[in-house]
Amino acid sequence: MRNRSVGALAAVLALAAFTGLKAAEQKKRTAEAKQFLDQIRGDDRIRQALNRLTFGPRPGDVEAVRAMGLRKWIGLQLHPGEIAENPVLEDKLKYFDTLSMSGGELVRNYPTPQIARQMIEGRIPFPEDPGRRLLLIKMMEKYEKRQAAGGDPNAAAQPGAPDMQTLSEIVTPAEARALRQGTARDRMQALLALPPDARRRVEMAAGPQQVIARDLMEAKLLRAVYSNRQLEEVLTDFWFNHFNVFLDKGADRYLVTSYERDAIRPHVLGRFRDLLEATAKSPAMLFYLDNWQSEGANSVAAGRGRKGARGLNENYGRELMELHTLGVDGGYTQKDVTEVARCFTGWTIRNPQRGGEFVFNPRMHDAGEKTVLGVAIPSGGGIEDGEKVLDILARNPATAHFLSRKLAMRFVADDPPEALVERMARTFVKTDGDLRAVLRAMIESREFFSAGAYRAKMKAPLEFVASAVRAVKGDVETALPLALQVAQLGQPLYRKQEPTGYSNSSAEWMNSGGLVGRMNFAVQLADNKVPGVKVEPERGARPGGVPAGIELGSPAFQKH
Amino acid sequence: MRTRRIFLKESALAMAGVGTAPLWLERALYARQDTGARRKILVAIFQRGAADGLNVVVPHGEKAYYRLRPGIAIPPPTGDSARAADAAIDLDGFFGLHPALGPLKPLWDARHLAIVDAAGSPDPTRSHFDAQDYMESGTPGVKATGDGWMNRALPKTEADASPVRAVALGAVLPRALRGAQSAVALRSIDSFQVRDPRAAKAFEEAYAEARDPLMRATGKDTFEAVALLQSIQRQGYTPSGGAEYPRGPFGESLRQIAQLIKSGAGVEMAFADIGGWDHHVNEVAQRPGEGLLANRLAEFGGALSAFWRDMGDRMEDTVVVTMSEFGRTAKENGDRGTDHGHANCMFAMGGAVKGGKVYGRWPGLEPEQLYQGRDLALTTDFRDVLGEVVARQAGSRSLQAVFPGYQPKPVGLV
Repeated sequence: MRNRSVGALAAVLALAAFTGLKAAEQKKRTAEAKQFLDQIRGDDRIRQALNRLTFGPRPGDVEAVRAMGLRKWIGLQLHPGEIAENPVLEDKLKYFDTLSMSGGELVRNYPTPQIARQMIEGRIPFPEDPGRRLLLIKMMEKYEKRQAAGGDPNAAAQPGAPDMQTLSEIVTPAEARALRQGTARDRMQALLALPPDARRRVEMAAGPQQVIARDLMEAKLLRAVYSNRQLEEVLTDFWFNHFNVFLDKGADRYLVTSYERDAIRPHVLGRFRDLLEATAKSPAMLFYLDNWQSEGANSVAAGRGRKGARGLNENYGRELMELHTLGVDGGYTQKDVTEVARCFTGWTIRNPQRGGEFVFNPRMHDAGEKTVLGVAIPSGGGIEDGEKVLDILARNPATAHFLSRKLAMRFVADDPPEALVERMARTFVKTDGDLRAVLRAMIESREFFSAGAYRAKMKAPLEFVASAVRAVKGDVETALPLALQVAQLGQPLYRKQEPTGYSNSSAEWMNSGGLVGRMNFAVQLADNKVPGVKVEPERGARPGGVPAGIELGSPAFQKH
Repeated sequence: MRTRRIFLKESALAMAGVGTAPLWLERALYARQDTGARRKILVAIFQRGAADGLNVVVPHGEKAYYRLRPGIAIPPPTGDSARAADAAIDLDGFFGLHPALGPLKPLWDARHLAIVDAAGSPDPTRSHFDAQDYMESGTPGVKATGDGWMNRALPKTEADASPVRAVALGAVLPRALRGAQSAVALRSIDSFQVRDPRAAKAFEEAYAEARDPLMRATGKDTFEAVALLQSIQRQGYTPSGGAEYPRGPFGESLRQIAQLIKSGAGVEMAFADIGGWDHHVNEVAQRPGEGLLANRLAEFGGALSAFWRDMGDRMEDTVVVTMSEFGRTAKENGDRGTDHGHANCMFAMGGAVKGGKVYGRWPGLEPEQLYQGRDLALTTDFRDVLGEVVARQAGSRSLQAVFPGYQPKPVGLV
C-alpha cells in the first residue's frame, strides 16, 4: 500500500517534469498530491466516512461506528439489504400512497383536468375511492366554469390554497377555518391535525398533480434524514442526478415516481449495464429526451409520408454518450450521435399521457445498417440494435473513466487525484461495471481518508438541509418546508430542467445568496422555528457552548 | 430636521463600523448628490421557453403569415376602435406589436425602443435546455464553455468594487452571469439579510476566520452585500413617475433592479427572466387579443414600460435587451399553438438606443424562404446585438473575449 502511493507520487512528479511545467506550478501539484497521501487518523476517519457516505452524522453516530468498527460499518452500508430499516421512517412513509403506484394508477388517482373530464365522460374509470370520485367531479365543475369564463387553462395545475367553499365540502367548518387562519405555521399544524384521508383530499383540492411531486420531495427528505441505509440514499440521489429527468416536462409528472423506484434505486450498487438499460427503457427518460417520438427515416411509419411524421430525434443519442456514459471528451463524433439515434428508433412509450410503459415499435425503427464507434450493427435488427449500443457504451473504457471520476468528485474531492480515478476505472473494467466493487475500491483508498479529502467538499443544498436536521435530531412531522428550503437554496428536487443534473462541484454552491439562506435556515431550525420540524430546546440552545444555530450556519458546517 | 440621507448614512456606518465604511457604501450614500460620470448599465432579460416572435412582432404586411396561421394570426392594424384590442398595433406599415404590448408603443414613438427581427442563435438545436445554455454561455454549439457572456463582459474588478455590480434576480446565479467576476443572485433585496442580528455578528466573525480562502472571500462579499442592501432596503421605495409594475415575479424583479440602480449601489449588469412562453397549446384564444401568449405579453410589456417610467433619466445610462432561446414554427399546429422553431425577435430599450425602427433583414415566410421549410430564417446573430450593446455599455473589453470564436457585426442600434 505504502509503496504504491509513493509510486503514484513519483509518477505525478515525473509527469510534471516531462511536460515542462513551471517550477511554481510543479510545486503546487506536488503539494496537492501530497495532501491526498497524508492520512487522517482516529475518529476523523469515522467522521470522514459519515460525512461522505451519509447525509451527515447525528449525535452519537461517531461513537456507534467506533463501537461497531469502521470496516464493518462500511461493509454494511455497501449491503443495505442486510440493514434493518428504521421503523420511524417506514411509519412516516406510509402516508404517501403515490410512492407505490404505477404511472397508470397515478394518472387515475391524481388526474389532470383533461383526464378527469374523460372520467366524467365515462371513457376511463374513476379511482375506486368514492370520496375521490366526488372530489374530482366537483373540481371539474369549478374548472370548467373557470374555463368558460376565459381563465388560464393551466390554472388548475397551479398549486394554491383551496378556497373556503371547496374546503367546507371536504372537512368540518371548524377544520376549514383553522386551515385558512393564522400564520403559515398555524395552518400547517391544522393540516397535520386532520385525519390522513381528509388531509389527502385537502392536498388534492389544491391540485391533484401537485400531490405526486410533493410526495416525491417529502419522501426524499425523510429518507435522507431517517434511513438506516444511508449510502443507498446518497447513491440513489447521485444516480438519479446522473440520469436526470425533469418532473415538470409534460407526462413526466406521472413517470418520475416509478423511474426513481424501479429504474434507479434497485441498481445503485449493482451492475452499471443494468442501470443503464433500466434508464434507457424507462418511459420517464424516453419522454424527457424525446426518444419516444424518434422515427427512422427508412421506417414504415415515416415511409407513408403521413402528416406529422416526426423524423429522427437525436436528443437521447447525444445525451446518452455525452452525459450518461462516455463523457463529452469520450471520443465520439456527430456521426456516432446520429447512428446511435437510429439504433434507438422504435424505443417508445405506449400511452405516454396515461402513465405509459416501454414498448418497442418496429414500425418506427430504422432497420438499416449502422456503425457505432467503429462497430458495425448489421441491417435487419430490431430492439437489439439499441441493446447492442448499450453493451458497446457500458464496456467502453472511456465510460469506466468518466463514471469513476464523477463518483470520486462526489465522494472524495472536486478535483480527485488521477491515480485514484484510474484505480477505480480499472476495477470497473475488471468487474464488468460492478458499482459496489468500484465504490469499495474508492472507499478503501488512501485518498478517501486523506487530509486532501477531509472536509474538502461544499455541501449541496439537500446535503446541507438534511445534515442540519440530523445534527440537531429534528423530528420531521412534514418535510415539505424542508423541501422548499432546499429549492430556495437553488436545488429544487426533481426539477433540474437540464439533462446535466446538478453540479457535483463545490463552486456551484459557493455564492452569497446561498450563504445568507443557509445562515437563516440554521438559526430558524435551531430555534425550533421551521414549520413541521421539532427540535428539542436543549439541542438548540447548547448551554455554555456555541449555539447550534451558529454552528449549523458556520463555514465548517457548509463542508463535509 | 435630519435629512433621510444623513439618517441613512449614520445607520449604514453604524453597521459597517465607524471609519471603515467602504467606498461603495459611501457612493451609495451620496448617490443623490453625485454629479460625476455615472456608470453605464446593461440589463438582460431572458424569456424562457421560446416566445413566438411572429405573434409578438407581427409581420402584418406579409401575406404568407396569414396563410400559415389561419387560426392564430394577429389581424392587421385597424382604425376601428372596437376591434383594436384584437389587432396588431402598427409600427412601420409592415410590422406591428401584439395588442397586449400597447404599453410599449409610447417608447417606440419616442424612439427609445428598437426591435431586431429574425434574430437569434445560429445553432440548429430545438432543445430548450441546449438553446438556453448556448444563448447564456454566448457560444452556440459549444457546451464546454464554463462561464457566461455577461460575466466575461464585466470590466475587470476594480479594488473596492460594489458587491452588487453584477446581480441576478432569482434563487440561483444564471449561466449568463457565472464566471470569474463576482456576481450575486438575490431572491429579493428584502430577503438578503441575516434576520437575527446577534447571529449575523457571530456569522460575520466566523466567516472572517474561515480556513478555506474561497469561503472567506465569499463570506466577505456576502456581508458587504448584506450591509449595502439593508441600507437600501431601509430607504424604502416608491417607484417614480407613477410607474405601476404588473403583479407577478417578473414585474417584481424589474422593480428591484430599478431600486438597486437608483440607490447608487453600483450595479453594472443585471439579469432577470420570465418563463412560460412554450405555447404548444392555446397560444391564442378565440379572440386574437387573448390567450396564453397575450397573458405573458401583458406582464412582459407592462413590466418593461413601468421600468422605463420608474428609471426616469437613469435610462440615459441604461440599455435593456431581451432574448428568448429560439422562435416557433411559422405554421400553426393543430392545437391553436406553435412548435419549436428557429429565429425570433429581440427588443432593445434605452436612452442611447436608436429606436423606432425594426432592424435586421426580413427573410420572408414563403416556403422557399423558411429555415428547413418550417421556421423563420435567421438573418442576425444574437451576438451581433449583444456585442454592440456590450461594446457601448461595458466599455473597452475585447468582444473576442466576450464571444470567443465570433466577430460580432454591429447592427447600428446604439
